[in-house]
Amino acid sequence: MTKFDLSIPSQLTAALAPDIFLMAGAMVLLLWAAWGRESVARQRAVGVASMVLCVLVAAVVGYFMWLDATVGPGPIAMDGFRWTADLILLLATFATIALSMDYNEREGITAAESHVLLLLATSGMMVLVSARDLIIVFLGVEIMSVAVYILAGLNRRSDRAAEGALKYFLLGAFSTCFLLYGIALVYGATGSTNLTEIGERVVGNGAGNPMLLIGMALLVVGFGFKVAAVPFHMWAPDVYEGAPTPVTAYMAAAVKAASFASFLRVWMEAFPDVFVQWHYAIWWVAAITMVVGNLVALAQKNIKRMLAYSSIAHAGYLLVAILARGNLGSSAFLFYLFAYTLATFGAFAVVVVLSDRGDRYLKIEDYAGLWTVRPWLAGSMAVFMLALLGFPIFGGIGFFAKWYMLQAALDSITPLTNLAVLLVLTSVISAGYYLHVVLVMFMKPVSRAESEPQLAGRLTQWVIAAAAVLILVFGIFPDPVVRLARSSVIVPIGR
Amino acid sequence: MSQLLDSIGYQSWVLPALLIIPLVGAGVLLALAVRGNGDEAGPARTARMIAFFTLLAEFIVSIGLWWSFESGSGWHASVNIPWIPTWGVRFSIGLDGFALMMVLLTTFLMPLTVLGGWTSVRTKVHSYLILLLVMTTGMLGVFLARDLFLFYVMWEVMLVPMYFIIGIWGGERRIYASLKFFIYTMVGSILMLVGIIYIGIQAGSPITGAPDFSYAAALGQSFSPAASFWLFGAFFLAFAVKVPMFPFHTWLPDAHVEAPTAGSVILASIMLKMGTFGFLRFALPLFPGAAMDPTVRAIILILAVIAIIYGALVALVQPDFKKLVAYSSVSHMGFVMLGIFALTVESVQGALMVMINHGISTGALFFLVGMIYERRHSRLIDSYGGIARVVPMFAAALTLVALSSIALPGTNGFVGEFLVLIGAFKTFPVLTAIAATGVIFAAAYMLWALQRILFNKLDKDENRHLPDLNWREIGLLTPLIAAIIWIGVYPAPVLRRMESAAHDLVQRVERGPQGRFPRPEGLP
Repeated sequence: MTKFDLSIPSQLTAALAPDIFLMAGAMVLLLWAAWGRESVARQRAVGVASMVLCVLVAAVVGYFMWLDATVGPGPIAMDGFRWTADLILLLATFATIALSMDYNEREGITAAESHVLLLLATSGMMVLVSARDLIIVFLGVEIMSVAVYILAGLNRRSDRAAEGALKYFLLGAFSTCFLLYGIALVYGATGSTNLTEIGERVVGNGAGNPMLLIGMALLVVGFGFKVAAVPFHMWAPDVYEGAPTPVTAYMAAAVKAASFASFLRVWMEAFPDVFVQWHYAIWWVAAITMVVGNLVALAQKNIKRMLAYSSIAHAGYLLVAILARGNLGSSAFLFYLFAYTLATFGAFAVVVVLSDRGDRYLKIEDYAGLWTVRPWLAGSMAVFMLALLGFPIFGGIGFFAKWYMLQAALDSITPLTNLAVLLVLTSVISAGYYLHVVLVMFMKPVSRAESEPQLAGRLTQWVIAAAAVLILVFGIFPDPVVRLARSSVIVPIGR
Repeated sequence: MSQLLDSIGYQSWVLPALLIIPLVGAGVLLALAVRGNGDEAGPARTARMIAFFTLLAEFIVSIGLWWSFESGSGWHASVNIPWIPTWGVRFSIGLDGFALMMVLLTTFLMPLTVLGGWTSVRTKVHSYLILLLVMTTGMLGVFLARDLFLFYVMWEVMLVPMYFIIGIWGGERRIYASLKFFIYTMVGSILMLVGIIYIGIQAGSPITGAPDFSYAAALGQSFSPAASFWLFGAFFLAFAVKVPMFPFHTWLPDAHVEAPTAGSVILASIMLKMGTFGFLRFALPLFPGAAMDPTVRAIILILAVIAIIYGALVALVQPDFKKLVAYSSVSHMGFVMLGIFALTVESVQGALMVMINHGISTGALFFLVGMIYERRHSRLIDSYGGIARVVPMFAAALTLVALSSIALPGTNGFVGEFLVLIGAFKTFPVLTAIAATGVIFAAAYMLWALQRILFNKLDKDENRHLPDLNWREIGLLTPLIAAIIWIGVYPAPVLRRMESAAHDLVQRVERGPQGRFPRPEGLP
C-alpha cells in the first residue's frame, strides 16, 4: 500500500495527477479549438478528442483506485470516495459531450470551446471532490462554477438562455460569497481551514461557539445553493429551462454531484462531533426540499422544468445521506448518485431528441402518442421515469438506490425513521409527475403538428441505449455496484 | 405419481421454471414485435398462439405440484441462491399449503385470460401479451417469495403491467382508472418498504452488520410492542388496499370496470388474493402481538363485516353489470378477512377456499360479462332482458356461475363461505351472524340481475340476433365450470393440502410473542 506524504511537493502533485492531467489536456484542446475557423467538423473533432480525454483520465483514476493509496495530513484526500465520485463525474461529462455534439450541430452552435468548458468544469469538480481544505473547496467551486456560467448561456441567440445564465451567474456569485464568509468564520472559530484540524478543534473550542455556528450555517447556505436545496433552489428551474439541454443534464447530475460530495466530506470530516448542533437544520432542509420539490414538480407543464424540480426533490433524498453519517451514508450516497446520473442523462437525452430544432417541443403534452411513433424511445423514457421514481425491475437500479438510502437512514447511529417515512411518502407524490409522462406517451393519441419527430443523432441514440441498458442490468444484478459503493467510503485521517 | 415426479427431480427445478417460462415467452414475443406489426391479423394470431401455449405449458408444469405436495407441511421445492450478498438479499422461493393453491389458481387462470381477450384486444397485440406474461411471473413471485426483499420487488413489479393494460386497452375512463389504481396501490405499499428494511436491519447479524431479509429470520424476531404495532400498520395498509378492505376499496370499481376482460379477471381472481395472502404469510405470523391486539382485531373484523354488507348493498343498486361484479368482490373479500382474523383452523381454511372460489367464480363472471359486451357493446343491465331464449348456452353458463357466486350448496362457493361462518362462529358469534346476512344479500343482487338480463321479456330488438357462445368461449368456460362443480362436490383434496399450513398459522399466532397479549375476551 502506497502512502503519499503531502508535505513533499512532488508527492502532492502525484496525488493530484488525474486532476492535473485533465486540466492540461483541456488546455491543449482549448488551443486547438481556438486555432482555426469555427465549423461543424471542428466542433465534432474537439468533441471526440474531449471524450477520449475523459476516458484517459478515467483510466488514471482507475489506476489510483487499484493502487489503493493512503495519504498523510494535508489538503487532499485519497480515498475510495474521491475515486468513485471522480468516475461518476467523468461518466456524466462523457455523456454530456456526446449529447452536445449532436445538439450543437442541430442548433447551429459551432463553438468548439463548449466541450473544453465542460472539461474545465469537470476538473474543478474533481478538485472539489478531493478537497480536504476549505480553501481548496472554494477553489474547486470557483473553477467549476465559472465554466458552468458560460455553458448556461452558450446559446447566444436565445433570450431564455441569456436570462437563465445571468440569473445563475448573479445568484451563484452571491452564494459563493456565503460560502466564503462561512469559511472565514469557521477559520475564525477554529484557526484552521483544514478539515482534519477543524474536526479536532471544534469540540475543544466549545461546540456552542456562535462564530462556529454562524459559519456552519453560512456553509449550509452556500452548499445549499449549489445543490439546489429548498429554500435556496429558486435559480434552478429558470436556469435548467434556459440552458442548452445537454448542459442542463450536466448541471442536474454532475454539478450537483460534485457539490454534494464536497458537502458530505466537509460535514463528515470537520463537523461529526458537533452533530447535535447541525442535525436539525439539515433535517429540516432535507424534509422541506423533498416536499417542495415534489409538490411543485407536479404542477409543471414543461418537461425541463419538471425535471428541474424533480432534481430538487432528489437533492432532498441525497441530504439524507449527510444525516445518516458513517460509511453506510457515503456508500448509499455514491450508489444513489450513480443511479440518478444514469436516469437523468437518459431522460435529458430523450428530451434532446424530441425537442427538435430550436427547442420547439418541450411541453409534456408534446410527447402524446410517442409510443405509436417511436416505441423504443418511449420505452426508454418510461424506464428513466420509473428509475427516477425508484420502481423495482422496470425502474432498475433506481429502486436499489432508494433502498440503499433508506437502509442508510434506518441503520444510522441515530435512526432517521421519520425522515425515511417522509422520503417514501414524497416519492409517492413523485409518481404523480413521472407517471404522467409515461401516461402521455403511452395512453394518449398523437397530438404534434408533425407526427414524426426527427431521428436522434447516432451519439444521442447511444447515450439513451446505454443508460437504459445499464439501468435495467444493474436493476437485476446490482451487486458489483453495491460492492464498489461499499468500498468507497470517506476515510478521515486519524479516526 | 409423486414417485414419477421425483424421478425427474421435479421439486428441484419446478419453481424457477414457473418463473422463467413466461419470461421466455415474453422474449419470443418481443423479438417478433420488433420484426412484425402486431396490428395485422396474421402476426397477431401467431402472437396469441405463442402466449396461449406458453401459459398452457406453465399450467402443465405447475400441475405436478398438486401431487408432489400430497399432504405435507412446511416448505416444498425450495430454491435458495444468493442474489445481493452484500445486502443479505437472497433469491429464496418455496411453496407451502397457502402458496400451492394460489400458484395453481394463477397458472390455471392465465391461459384462459389469453383466450378471453382473443378477439377483444386488436391493437398492439404483442405488447399486450408481453405484459400478461411478465405479470404472470410477478404474481407467482409474490406467492413464492421467501425473502422479504424479493417479495416487495415482485409485489411492485406486477403494478406496471397492470397499469399499462388498464391504461392502454381499457374502456373510456381508462387513464383515470389506471392512474388511480397505481397511486392507491403504491401509497399503500410504500410504507411496507420502510417496514421491510427495518425488519431486515433488526434481523441482521450483529457482528458483520449485514442485514438479513429472509422470511425465516423475520419470523425469528420479536419486536417491542410499539415497533410491532407500527410494522403491522405498514403491512396492513399495503395489504388492505390490495384486498381491498372497506374504506380503501374505491380504486376497485374503477379499475375493474375500465380494464379489458383479461385485466378484470386477473385483478379480481389473482391480484386481490395477494392482499389476503399477504395477511396470511406476513402480517399475522410476523406480528402476532399487534394482529391479536383486541382493539386492532375488533377494528379489522368490523371493517370486514361492513365490507360484506356494504359491498352487497352497493352491488344491489348498480345499473352496470360489470360494476355489480366488482362490488360483489368487495363483499366476498370481506368474508376472507373475517375468516382470517377469526383465526380458527376452519375459518382460515374457509378463507383460503373463498379466495380460490372467488378467483374461479368471479373470473368466470368477468369472462361472461366480456363475452356479452363484445356482442352488444353495453354493460348496462337494462339493455338486456329475456336473452335466455336467444343465447341459451350463455344463459346456462351465467346462471351456473352466478349460483356458485351466491354460494349455493353443491357449488364451490358454498364450501368456502360455510367454513368461514362455522369457524368464525366459534370465536365471534354476533359478528358472524351479521356477516351471514351477506349471503342473503348476495342472492338478492345476483338473482335480480340474472332475472333482468336473462329472463323477463325479450323487448329490445338489438338483442334478438345475438350469436350464442362459440367454440373458443365454450372451451374457455368448460374448465371453470368443471372446477366450480368439482370443488363444490368434493373439496376434501383441496382442504387436505392446506390444512397443515392453516394449522401452523393459527398455532403460531395464538402462541403470540411470549404471550404478552392475552386473547380478546370482551368482543362479540
